[in-house]
Amino acid sequence: MSQKPEKLIDKKGLRLDGRKPEELRQIKIEVGIISNADGSAYIQQGKNKILAGVYGPRELHPKHLALPDRTVLRCRYHMAPFSVQERKSPAPSRRDIELSKVMREALEPSIFLEYYPRTGIDVFVEVLQADGGTRCASITAASLALADAGIPMRDLVVACAAGKIDNTVVLDLMDTEDKKGSADVPVALMPNFNEITLLQMDGILTHEEFEKAVNLALDGCKRIYVMQKEALKAKYESVKEVEE
Amino acid sequence: MSSVIVRIKQKQIAELIAKEKRVDGRGLSDYREIKVEQGIIERAEGSARVLLGKTEVMAGVKIGIGRPFSDTPDAGVLTVNAELVPLASPTFEPGPPKENAIELARVVDRGIRESEAIDFKKLCIKPGEKVFVVFVDVYVLNHGGNLIDASALAALAALLNTKMLNYEIEEDEVKIKPGYTPLLVRKHPIAVTIAKINDKLIVDPSLEEEQMMDTRLTMTTDEDGNICAIQKGGSGTFTQKQVLEAAKIAREKAAEIRKKLKW
Repeated sequence: MSQKPEKLIDKKGLRLDGRKPEELRQIKIEVGIISNADGSAYIQQGKNKILAGVYGPRELHPKHLALPDRTVLRCRYHMAPFSVQERKSPAPSRRDIELSKVMREALEPSIFLEYYPRTGIDVFVEVLQADGGTRCASITAASLALADAGIPMRDLVVACAAGKIDNTVVLDLMDTEDKKGSADVPVALMPNFNEITLLQMDGILTHEEFEKAVNLALDGCKRIYVMQKEALKAKYESVKEVEE
Repeated sequence: MSSVIVRIKQKQIAELIAKEKRVDGRGLSDYREIKVEQGIIERAEGSARVLLGKTEVMAGVKIGIGRPFSDTPDAGVLTVNAELVPLASPTFEPGPPKENAIELARVVDRGIRESEAIDFKKLCIKPGEKVFVVFVDVYVLNHGGNLIDASALAALAALLNTKMLNYEIEEDEVKIKPGYTPLLVRKHPIAVTIAKINDKLIVDPSLEEEQMMDTRLTMTTDEDGNICAIQKGGSGTFTQKQVLEAAKIAREKAAEIRKKLKW
Protein backbone atom coordinates (compact mmCIF):
# COMPACT_ATOMS: atom_id res chain seq x y z
CA MET A 1 0.00 0.00 0.00
CA SER A 2 3.05 2.23 0.26
CA GLN A 3 3.41 2.91 -3.47
CA LYS A 4 0.81 3.49 -6.14
CA PRO A 5 -1.68 0.64 -5.98
CA GLU A 6 -0.76 -1.82 -8.68
CA LYS A 7 -3.41 -3.56 -10.72
CA LEU A 8 -4.72 -6.73 -9.13
CA ILE A 9 -7.06 -7.46 -12.04
CA ASP A 10 -5.86 -7.01 -15.64
CA LYS A 11 -7.77 -5.72 -18.67
CA LYS A 12 -9.04 -9.21 -19.48
CA GLY A 13 -10.56 -9.40 -16.01
CA LEU A 14 -8.00 -11.94 -14.81
CA ARG A 15 -6.21 -11.89 -11.46
CA LEU A 16 -2.44 -11.98 -10.77
CA ASP A 17 -2.37 -15.78 -10.92
CA GLY A 18 -4.60 -15.89 -13.99
CA ARG A 19 -7.81 -16.75 -12.17
CA LYS A 20 -11.23 -15.33 -12.94
CA PRO A 21 -12.89 -13.38 -10.10
CA GLU A 22 -15.10 -16.30 -9.05
CA GLU A 23 -12.51 -19.03 -9.42
CA LEU A 24 -10.95 -21.05 -6.60
CA ARG A 25 -7.26 -21.84 -6.43
CA GLN A 26 -6.03 -25.38 -7.15
CA ILE A 27 -6.95 -27.53 -4.18
CA LYS A 28 -5.48 -30.87 -3.18
CA ILE A 29 -6.70 -32.65 -0.07
CA GLU A 30 -5.45 -35.87 1.52
CA VAL A 31 -6.84 -37.62 4.56
CA GLY A 32 -5.05 -39.84 7.09
CA ILE A 33 -1.40 -39.10 6.49
CA ILE A 34 0.00 -38.90 10.03
CA SER A 35 0.15 -42.43 11.39
CA ASN A 36 0.47 -41.39 15.04
CA ALA A 37 -2.59 -39.16 15.03
CA ASP A 38 -6.13 -40.46 15.56
CA GLY A 39 -7.11 -38.44 12.53
CA SER A 40 -5.27 -36.20 10.12
CA ALA A 41 -5.57 -34.28 6.88
CA TYR A 42 -3.39 -32.24 4.56
CA ILE A 43 -4.57 -29.45 2.32
CA GLN A 44 -2.87 -27.53 -0.45
CA GLN A 45 -4.82 -24.52 -1.59
CA GLY A 46 -2.73 -22.51 -4.01
CA LYS A 47 0.59 -22.14 -2.22
CA ASN A 48 -0.96 -22.85 1.19
CA LYS A 49 0.35 -26.09 2.66
CA ILE A 50 -1.38 -27.03 5.87
CA LEU A 51 -1.41 -30.12 8.09
CA ALA A 52 -4.11 -30.88 10.64
CA GLY A 53 -3.89 -33.63 13.27
CA VAL A 54 -6.46 -34.75 15.81
CA TYR A 55 -5.82 -36.57 19.09
CA GLY A 56 -8.74 -37.80 21.13
CA PRO A 57 -11.17 -38.15 22.69
CA ARG A 58 -8.56 -38.76 25.37
CA GLU A 59 -7.92 -37.96 29.01
CA LEU A 60 -7.73 -34.21 29.44
CA HIS A 61 -4.72 -32.55 31.05
CA PRO A 62 -4.81 -30.49 33.23
CA LYS A 63 -7.70 -32.50 34.65
CA HIS A 64 -9.57 -29.59 36.24
CA LEU A 65 -10.46 -28.38 32.72
CA ALA A 66 -12.62 -31.46 32.12
CA LEU A 67 -16.39 -30.97 31.93
CA PRO A 68 -18.92 -33.41 33.41
CA ASP A 69 -21.36 -33.23 30.50
CA ARG A 70 -19.22 -33.00 27.37
CA THR A 71 -15.77 -33.21 25.86
CA VAL A 72 -13.53 -30.17 25.65
CA LEU A 73 -12.43 -29.24 22.15
CA ARG A 74 -9.07 -27.52 22.01
CA CYS A 75 -7.58 -26.04 18.87
CA ARG A 76 -4.11 -24.81 18.18
CA TYR A 77 -3.45 -22.87 15.01
CA HIS A 78 0.26 -22.46 14.51
CA MET A 79 2.46 -21.16 11.73
CA ALA A 80 5.89 -22.60 11.04
CA PRO A 81 8.70 -20.01 11.26
CA PHE A 82 9.54 -20.65 7.59
CA SER A 83 5.93 -20.44 6.36
CA VAL A 84 6.06 -16.71 5.59
CA GLN A 85 8.46 -14.26 3.88
CA GLU A 86 10.04 -12.90 7.06
CA ARG A 87 10.74 -15.56 9.68
CA LYS A 88 7.94 -15.78 12.17
CA SER A 89 8.79 -16.42 15.80
CA PRO A 90 7.54 -19.90 16.76
CA ALA A 91 5.94 -18.50 19.92
CA PRO A 92 2.17 -18.13 19.42
CA SER A 93 1.31 -14.59 18.31
CA ARG A 94 -1.85 -12.74 19.27
CA ARG A 95 -3.15 -13.53 15.81
CA ASP A 96 -2.50 -17.26 16.33
CA ILE A 97 -4.42 -17.15 19.61
CA GLU A 98 -7.39 -15.38 18.04
CA LEU A 99 -7.44 -17.78 15.08
CA SER A 100 -7.26 -20.78 17.41
CA LYS A 101 -10.33 -19.42 19.18
CA VAL A 102 -12.40 -18.72 16.06
CA MET A 103 -11.38 -22.08 14.59
CA ARG A 104 -12.55 -23.89 17.70
CA GLU A 105 -15.85 -22.00 17.59
CA ALA A 106 -16.22 -22.83 13.90
CA LEU A 107 -15.73 -26.56 14.50
CA GLU A 108 -17.63 -26.99 17.77
CA PRO A 109 -21.16 -26.83 16.33
CA SER A 110 -20.40 -29.80 14.08
CA ILE A 111 -19.30 -32.19 16.83
CA PHE A 112 -21.46 -34.21 19.24
CA LEU A 113 -19.46 -32.94 22.21
CA GLU A 114 -21.84 -34.54 24.72
CA TYR A 115 -20.85 -38.07 23.61
CA TYR A 116 -17.54 -37.97 25.45
CA PRO A 117 -17.88 -36.31 28.88
CA ARG A 118 -14.75 -35.68 30.99
CA THR A 119 -12.43 -36.02 27.98
CA GLY A 120 -10.64 -33.71 25.60
CA ILE A 121 -10.17 -33.56 21.84
CA ASP A 122 -7.10 -31.75 20.58
CA VAL A 123 -6.92 -30.32 17.08
CA PHE A 124 -3.47 -29.22 15.99
CA VAL A 125 -3.00 -27.22 12.81
CA GLU A 126 0.44 -26.47 11.41
CA VAL A 127 0.70 -24.00 8.58
CA LEU A 128 3.81 -25.10 6.69
CA GLN A 129 3.49 -22.48 3.98
CA ALA A 130 1.10 -19.55 4.03
CA ASP A 131 -0.39 -17.75 1.05
CA GLY A 132 -3.56 -16.06 2.26
CA GLY A 133 -6.73 -17.69 3.49
CA THR A 134 -4.93 -20.01 5.91
CA ARG A 135 -7.67 -19.91 8.53
CA CYS A 136 -10.19 -21.18 6.01
CA ALA A 137 -7.97 -23.92 4.62
CA SER A 138 -7.11 -24.89 8.21
CA ILE A 139 -10.78 -25.30 9.12
CA THR A 140 -11.43 -27.38 6.00
CA ALA A 141 -8.51 -29.67 6.88
CA ALA A 142 -9.23 -29.79 10.63
CA SER A 143 -12.82 -30.86 10.05
CA LEU A 144 -11.61 -33.71 7.84
CA ALA A 145 -9.06 -34.73 10.47
CA LEU A 146 -11.88 -34.87 13.06
CA ALA A 147 -13.94 -37.05 10.73
CA ASP A 148 -10.89 -39.23 10.07
CA ALA A 149 -10.49 -39.69 13.84
CA GLY A 150 -13.98 -41.21 13.85
CA ILE A 151 -15.50 -38.50 16.02
CA PRO A 152 -19.30 -38.38 15.66
CA MET A 153 -20.23 -35.26 13.75
CA ARG A 154 -23.41 -33.61 12.48
CA ASP A 155 -21.67 -32.37 9.36
CA LEU A 156 -18.32 -31.42 7.97
CA VAL A 157 -17.25 -27.80 8.27
CA VAL A 158 -15.84 -26.18 5.17
CA ALA A 159 -14.45 -22.67 4.89
CA CYS A 160 -13.61 -20.21 2.13
CA ALA A 161 -13.02 -16.48 1.89
CA ALA A 162 -14.26 -13.84 -0.50
CA GLY A 163 -13.03 -10.29 -0.69
CA LYS A 164 -12.71 -7.12 -2.69
CA ILE A 165 -9.82 -6.20 -4.94
CA ASP A 166 -9.76 -3.42 -7.54
CA ASN A 167 -13.44 -2.72 -6.85
CA THR A 168 -14.43 -6.29 -7.71
CA VAL A 169 -15.75 -8.94 -5.33
CA VAL A 170 -13.61 -12.05 -5.79
CA LEU A 171 -13.35 -15.55 -4.35
CA ASP A 172 -10.49 -17.17 -2.40
CA LEU A 173 -7.93 -14.38 -1.96
CA MET A 174 -4.25 -15.19 -2.06
CA ASP A 175 -1.71 -13.34 0.08
CA THR A 176 -1.00 -10.39 -2.28
CA GLU A 177 -4.70 -9.86 -2.88
CA ASP A 178 -5.40 -10.01 0.85
CA LYS A 179 -2.68 -7.46 1.66
CA LYS A 180 -3.28 -5.05 -1.22
CA GLY A 181 -6.99 -5.56 -1.66
CA SER A 182 -9.62 -3.65 0.25
CA ALA A 183 -11.53 -6.36 2.13
CA ASP A 184 -11.44 -10.00 3.19
CA VAL A 185 -14.46 -12.02 4.39
CA PRO A 186 -13.69 -15.54 5.65
CA VAL A 187 -16.77 -17.75 6.07
CA ALA A 188 -17.19 -21.30 7.39
CA LEU A 189 -20.24 -23.40 6.63
CA MET A 190 -21.92 -26.64 7.68
CA PRO A 191 -23.16 -27.43 4.16
CA ASN A 192 -25.99 -29.83 5.02
CA PHE A 193 -27.58 -27.38 7.44
CA ASN A 194 -26.67 -24.20 5.59
CA GLU A 195 -25.45 -22.80 8.91
CA ILE A 196 -22.56 -20.37 9.11
CA THR A 197 -20.07 -21.25 11.86
CA LEU A 198 -17.42 -18.62 11.19
CA LEU A 199 -17.73 -15.10 9.88
CA GLN A 200 -15.14 -12.39 10.06
CA MET A 201 -14.30 -9.37 8.00
CA ASP A 202 -11.71 -6.67 7.73
CA GLY A 203 -11.56 -3.91 5.17
CA ILE A 204 -14.28 -1.66 3.83
CA LEU A 205 -17.40 -2.97 2.10
CA THR A 206 -20.78 -1.46 1.39
CA HIS A 207 -23.83 -3.42 2.49
CA GLU A 208 -24.39 -4.64 -1.09
CA GLU A 209 -20.77 -5.70 -1.54
CA PHE A 210 -20.88 -7.52 1.78
CA GLU A 211 -23.97 -9.45 0.72
CA LYS A 212 -22.28 -10.36 -2.56
CA ALA A 213 -19.09 -11.43 -0.79
CA VAL A 214 -20.95 -13.65 1.67
CA ASN A 215 -22.89 -15.30 -1.16
CA LEU A 216 -19.72 -15.85 -3.17
CA ALA A 217 -17.84 -17.26 -0.16
CA LEU A 218 -20.73 -19.66 0.57
CA ASP A 219 -20.66 -20.77 -3.05
CA GLY A 220 -16.91 -21.39 -2.70
CA CYS A 221 -17.55 -23.41 0.47
CA LYS A 222 -19.99 -25.64 -1.36
CA ARG A 223 -17.50 -26.27 -4.15
CA ILE A 224 -14.72 -27.15 -1.70
CA TYR A 225 -17.17 -29.41 0.20
CA VAL A 226 -17.37 -31.67 -2.86
CA MET A 227 -13.57 -32.07 -2.81
CA GLN A 228 -13.61 -32.56 0.95
CA LYS A 229 -16.03 -35.48 0.67
CA GLU A 230 -14.04 -37.04 -2.17
CA ALA A 231 -10.84 -36.86 -0.13
CA LEU A 232 -12.51 -38.55 2.82
CA LYS A 233 -13.96 -41.31 0.66
CA ALA A 234 -10.65 -41.80 -1.17
CA LYS A 235 -8.92 -42.92 2.02
CA TYR A 236 -11.49 -45.62 2.76
CA GLU A 237 -11.78 -46.77 -0.83
CA SER A 238 -8.06 -47.54 -0.83
CA VAL A 239 -8.43 -49.53 2.40
CA LYS A 240 -11.21 -51.60 0.82
CA GLU A 241 -9.02 -52.55 -2.12
CA VAL A 242 -6.36 -53.98 0.20
CA GLU A 243 -8.95 -56.14 2.01
CA GLU A 244 -10.28 -57.70 -1.13
CA MET B 1 -23.86 -16.22 41.87
CA SER B 2 -25.56 -19.53 42.49
CA SER B 3 -25.92 -21.55 39.33
CA VAL B 4 -29.47 -22.55 40.29
CA ILE B 5 -30.53 -18.91 40.21
CA VAL B 6 -28.67 -18.47 36.92
CA ARG B 7 -30.61 -21.41 35.42
CA ILE B 8 -33.96 -20.05 36.57
CA LYS B 9 -33.11 -16.64 35.21
CA GLN B 10 -31.96 -18.12 31.91
CA LYS B 11 -35.30 -19.83 31.50
CA GLN B 12 -37.02 -16.52 32.16
CA ILE B 13 -34.76 -14.72 29.65
CA ALA B 14 -35.53 -17.32 26.99
CA GLU B 15 -39.29 -17.19 27.59
CA LEU B 16 -39.33 -13.41 27.43
CA ILE B 17 -37.24 -13.28 24.26
CA ALA B 18 -39.70 -15.62 22.58
CA LYS B 19 -42.28 -12.88 23.28
CA GLU B 20 -39.87 -10.23 21.94
CA LYS B 21 -39.21 -8.90 25.46
CA ARG B 22 -36.19 -8.74 27.72
CA VAL B 23 -35.62 -9.11 31.47
CA ASP B 24 -34.50 -5.52 31.91
CA GLY B 25 -37.49 -4.16 29.99
CA ARG B 26 -35.63 -3.39 26.77
CA GLY B 27 -36.84 -4.20 23.28
CA LEU B 28 -34.81 -6.73 21.27
CA SER B 29 -32.89 -4.01 19.45
CA ASP B 30 -32.42 -1.51 22.28
CA TYR B 31 -29.12 -0.57 23.81
CA ARG B 32 -28.70 -0.05 27.52
CA GLU B 33 -27.98 3.51 28.59
CA ILE B 34 -24.66 4.76 27.21
CA LYS B 35 -22.55 7.37 29.02
CA VAL B 36 -19.26 8.64 27.65
CA GLU B 37 -16.84 10.80 29.59
CA GLN B 38 -13.66 12.06 27.95
CA GLY B 39 -10.35 13.38 29.25
CA ILE B 40 -10.43 11.75 32.66
CA ILE B 41 -6.76 10.77 32.94
CA GLU B 42 -4.50 13.83 32.71
CA ARG B 43 -1.31 11.84 32.24
CA ALA B 44 -2.62 10.15 29.12
CA GLU B 45 -2.62 11.87 25.73
CA GLY B 46 -6.25 10.85 25.40
CA SER B 47 -8.68 9.01 27.62
CA ALA B 48 -12.33 8.11 28.02
CA ARG B 49 -14.67 6.16 30.23
CA VAL B 50 -17.73 4.42 28.85
CA LEU B 51 -20.66 3.13 30.83
CA LEU B 52 -22.94 0.72 29.03
CA GLY B 53 -25.52 -0.40 31.55
CA LYS B 54 -23.45 -2.07 34.26
CA THR B 55 -20.44 -2.46 32.00
CA GLU B 56 -17.66 0.01 32.62
CA VAL B 57 -14.65 0.37 30.35
CA MET B 58 -11.85 2.89 30.35
CA ALA B 59 -9.45 3.54 27.49
CA GLY B 60 -6.23 5.48 27.55
CA VAL B 61 -4.09 6.62 24.63
CA LYS B 62 -0.34 7.02 24.95
CA ILE B 63 1.84 8.08 22.05
CA GLY B 64 5.41 6.95 21.73
CA ILE B 65 8.09 6.79 19.08
CA GLY B 66 9.07 3.51 17.51
CA ARG B 67 10.09 1.72 14.34
CA PRO B 68 7.56 1.18 11.54
CA PHE B 69 6.68 -2.29 10.27
CA SER B 70 8.87 -3.34 7.36
CA ASP B 71 5.90 -3.67 4.98
CA THR B 72 4.62 -0.14 5.81
CA PRO B 73 7.81 1.91 6.31
CA ASP B 74 6.04 5.26 5.94
CA ALA B 75 3.12 4.67 8.27
CA GLY B 76 2.66 5.09 12.00
CA VAL B 77 1.74 2.12 14.16
CA LEU B 78 -1.45 1.37 16.08
CA THR B 79 -1.29 -0.99 19.03
CA VAL B 80 -4.48 -1.94 20.84
CA ASN B 81 -4.31 -3.93 24.04
CA ALA B 82 -7.13 -4.98 26.34
CA GLU B 83 -6.88 -5.92 29.99
CA LEU B 84 -9.65 -7.80 31.73
CA VAL B 85 -8.55 -6.64 35.16
CA PRO B 86 -9.34 -9.10 37.97
CA LEU B 87 -11.34 -6.57 39.98
CA ALA B 88 -13.94 -6.36 37.19
CA SER B 89 -15.40 -9.86 37.42
CA PRO B 90 -15.07 -13.06 39.48
CA THR B 91 -14.14 -14.82 36.23
CA PHE B 92 -11.16 -12.58 35.38
CA GLU B 93 -7.77 -13.78 36.58
CA PRO B 94 -4.46 -11.97 36.81
CA GLY B 95 -1.80 -12.79 34.29
CA PRO B 96 -1.01 -12.17 30.64
CA PRO B 97 -4.04 -11.59 28.35
CA LYS B 98 -5.85 -14.80 27.45
CA GLU B 99 -7.86 -15.48 24.31
CA ASN B 100 -10.92 -13.42 25.32
CA ALA B 101 -8.83 -10.32 26.04
CA ILE B 102 -6.82 -10.84 22.86
CA GLU B 103 -9.95 -11.24 20.75
CA LEU B 104 -11.45 -8.11 22.35
CA ALA B 105 -8.34 -6.06 21.59
CA ARG B 106 -8.08 -7.35 18.04
CA VAL B 107 -11.73 -6.61 17.22
CA VAL B 108 -11.37 -3.05 18.57
CA ASP B 109 -8.11 -2.68 16.62
CA ARG B 110 -9.70 -3.93 13.39
CA GLY B 111 -12.52 -1.39 13.60
CA ILE B 112 -10.15 1.57 14.03
CA ARG B 113 -7.58 0.31 11.54
CA GLU B 114 -9.85 -0.83 8.71
CA SER B 115 -12.15 2.20 8.83
CA GLU B 116 -8.98 4.27 8.26
CA ALA B 117 -10.04 6.50 11.15
CA ILE B 118 -6.43 7.52 11.69
CA ASP B 119 -4.21 8.75 8.86
CA PHE B 120 -1.12 6.71 9.64
CA LYS B 121 0.91 8.40 6.90
CA LYS B 122 0.72 11.59 8.97
CA LEU B 123 2.35 9.78 11.88
CA CYS B 124 5.56 9.06 10.01
CA ILE B 125 8.65 10.92 11.25
CA LYS B 126 11.38 9.33 9.11
CA PRO B 127 10.35 6.58 6.66
CA GLY B 128 11.70 3.18 7.61
CA GLU B 129 13.15 4.43 10.88
CA LYS B 130 10.97 6.54 13.10
CA VAL B 131 7.21 6.78 13.39
CA PHE B 132 4.70 7.61 16.06
CA VAL B 133 3.14 4.63 17.78
CA VAL B 134 -0.41 5.09 19.03
CA PHE B 135 -1.01 2.82 22.01
CA VAL B 136 -4.66 2.32 22.91
CA ASP B 137 -5.09 0.48 26.18
CA VAL B 138 -8.56 -0.74 27.01
CA TYR B 139 -9.24 -1.37 30.67
CA VAL B 140 -12.39 -3.28 31.60
CA LEU B 141 -13.42 -2.09 35.06
CA ASN B 142 -16.75 -3.87 35.45
CA HIS B 143 -18.04 -6.75 33.34
CA GLY B 144 -21.75 -6.35 32.72
CA GLY B 145 -21.79 -7.90 29.24
CA ASN B 146 -21.02 -6.69 25.72
CA LEU B 147 -17.44 -5.70 26.37
CA ILE B 148 -16.69 -5.35 22.65
CA ASP B 149 -19.10 -2.48 21.98
CA ALA B 150 -18.18 -0.65 25.18
CA SER B 151 -14.46 -1.08 24.50
CA ALA B 152 -14.69 0.03 20.88
CA LEU B 153 -16.63 3.10 21.99
CA ALA B 154 -14.14 3.87 24.76
CA ALA B 155 -11.19 3.49 22.37
CA LEU B 156 -12.79 5.82 19.82
CA ALA B 157 -13.77 8.36 22.48
CA ALA B 158 -10.20 8.34 23.82
CA LEU B 159 -8.75 8.84 20.33
CA LEU B 160 -11.14 11.73 19.70
CA ASN B 161 -9.83 13.23 22.92
CA THR B 162 -6.15 12.68 22.07
CA LYS B 163 -3.73 15.60 21.91
CA MET B 164 -0.27 15.06 20.50
CA LEU B 165 2.71 17.03 21.66
CA ASN B 166 4.01 19.41 19.03
CA TYR B 167 7.40 18.47 17.71
CA GLU B 168 9.99 19.35 15.12
CA ILE B 169 12.83 17.34 13.67
CA GLU B 170 16.36 18.60 14.17
CA GLU B 171 19.18 16.46 12.80
CA ASP B 172 17.05 13.33 12.93
CA GLU B 173 16.15 14.00 16.54
CA VAL B 174 12.58 14.68 17.59
CA LYS B 175 12.43 17.91 19.56
CA ILE B 176 9.33 18.60 21.62
CA LYS B 177 7.86 22.07 21.22
CA PRO B 178 5.32 23.75 23.48
CA GLY B 179 1.65 23.21 22.85
CA TYR B 180 -0.56 20.39 21.63
CA THR B 181 -2.29 19.40 18.42
CA PRO B 182 -5.38 17.20 18.45
CA LEU B 183 -4.98 13.83 16.77
CA LEU B 184 -6.91 13.82 13.51
CA VAL B 185 -9.66 11.19 13.58
CA ARG B 186 -11.33 10.95 10.18
CA LYS B 187 -13.96 8.27 10.79
CA HIS B 188 -16.13 7.13 13.65
CA PRO B 189 -16.31 3.34 13.53
CA ILE B 190 -18.98 2.00 15.90
CA ALA B 191 -19.16 -1.67 16.88
CA VAL B 192 -22.59 -3.21 17.33
CA THR B 193 -22.85 -6.68 18.86
CA ILE B 194 -25.85 -8.84 18.14
CA ALA B 195 -26.44 -12.03 20.10
CA LYS B 196 -28.55 -14.97 19.02
CA ILE B 197 -30.76 -16.58 21.65
CA ASN B 198 -33.28 -19.22 20.59
CA ASP B 199 -33.06 -18.08 16.97
CA LYS B 200 -33.85 -14.44 17.83
CA LEU B 201 -31.38 -11.61 17.32
CA ILE B 202 -30.91 -9.23 20.22
CA VAL B 203 -28.74 -6.12 20.39
CA ASP B 204 -26.27 -5.32 23.19
CA PRO B 205 -26.48 -8.53 25.27
CA SER B 206 -26.17 -8.11 29.04
CA LEU B 207 -23.93 -10.46 31.04
CA GLU B 208 -26.83 -12.81 31.81
CA GLU B 209 -27.85 -12.89 28.16
CA GLU B 210 -24.26 -13.50 27.10
CA GLN B 211 -24.01 -16.48 29.44
CA MET B 212 -26.83 -18.23 27.61
CA MET B 213 -26.50 -16.95 24.05
CA ASP B 214 -25.89 -19.42 21.24
CA THR B 215 -23.52 -17.10 19.46
CA ARG B 216 -22.81 -13.45 18.71
CA LEU B 217 -21.86 -11.29 15.77
CA THR B 218 -20.09 -7.95 16.03
CA MET B 219 -20.27 -5.61 13.07
CA THR B 220 -18.37 -2.33 12.97
CA THR B 221 -19.63 0.32 10.56
CA ASP B 222 -18.51 3.82 9.67
CA GLU B 223 -20.69 6.90 9.12
CA ASP B 224 -20.96 6.18 5.39
CA GLY B 225 -22.71 2.92 6.22
CA ASN B 226 -19.72 0.82 5.13
CA ILE B 227 -18.92 -2.31 7.10
CA CYS B 228 -15.29 -2.26 8.22
CA ALA B 229 -14.97 -5.19 10.62
CA ILE B 230 -16.91 -8.31 11.58
CA GLN B 231 -16.31 -10.93 14.21
CA LYS B 232 -18.45 -13.93 15.02
CA GLY B 233 -17.93 -15.36 18.48
CA GLY B 234 -19.30 -18.29 20.43
CA SER B 235 -19.89 -21.78 19.15
CA GLY B 236 -23.38 -21.43 17.68
CA THR B 237 -24.31 -20.78 14.06
CA PHE B 238 -26.04 -18.15 11.94
CA THR B 239 -28.03 -18.54 8.78
CA GLN B 240 -27.21 -16.38 5.77
CA LYS B 241 -30.47 -14.48 6.29
CA GLN B 242 -29.63 -13.73 9.92
CA VAL B 243 -26.20 -12.42 8.93
CA LEU B 244 -27.69 -9.95 6.47
CA GLU B 245 -30.36 -8.93 8.95
CA ALA B 246 -27.66 -8.36 11.58
CA ALA B 247 -25.72 -6.17 9.13
CA LYS B 248 -28.79 -4.00 8.68
CA ILE B 249 -29.44 -3.72 12.42
CA ALA B 250 -25.77 -2.89 13.07
CA ARG B 251 -25.80 -0.04 10.59
CA GLU B 252 -28.97 1.47 12.04
CA LYS B 253 -27.82 1.14 15.63
CA ALA B 254 -24.39 2.62 14.87
CA ALA B 255 -26.04 5.63 13.24
CA GLU B 256 -28.24 6.05 16.32
CA ILE B 257 -25.26 5.99 18.69
CA ARG B 258 -23.29 8.41 16.51
CA LYS B 259 -26.23 10.81 16.50
CA LYS B 260 -26.70 10.57 20.23
CA LEU B 261 -23.05 11.25 20.93
CA LYS B 262 -22.95 13.97 18.23
CA TRP B 263 -19.97 12.33 16.46
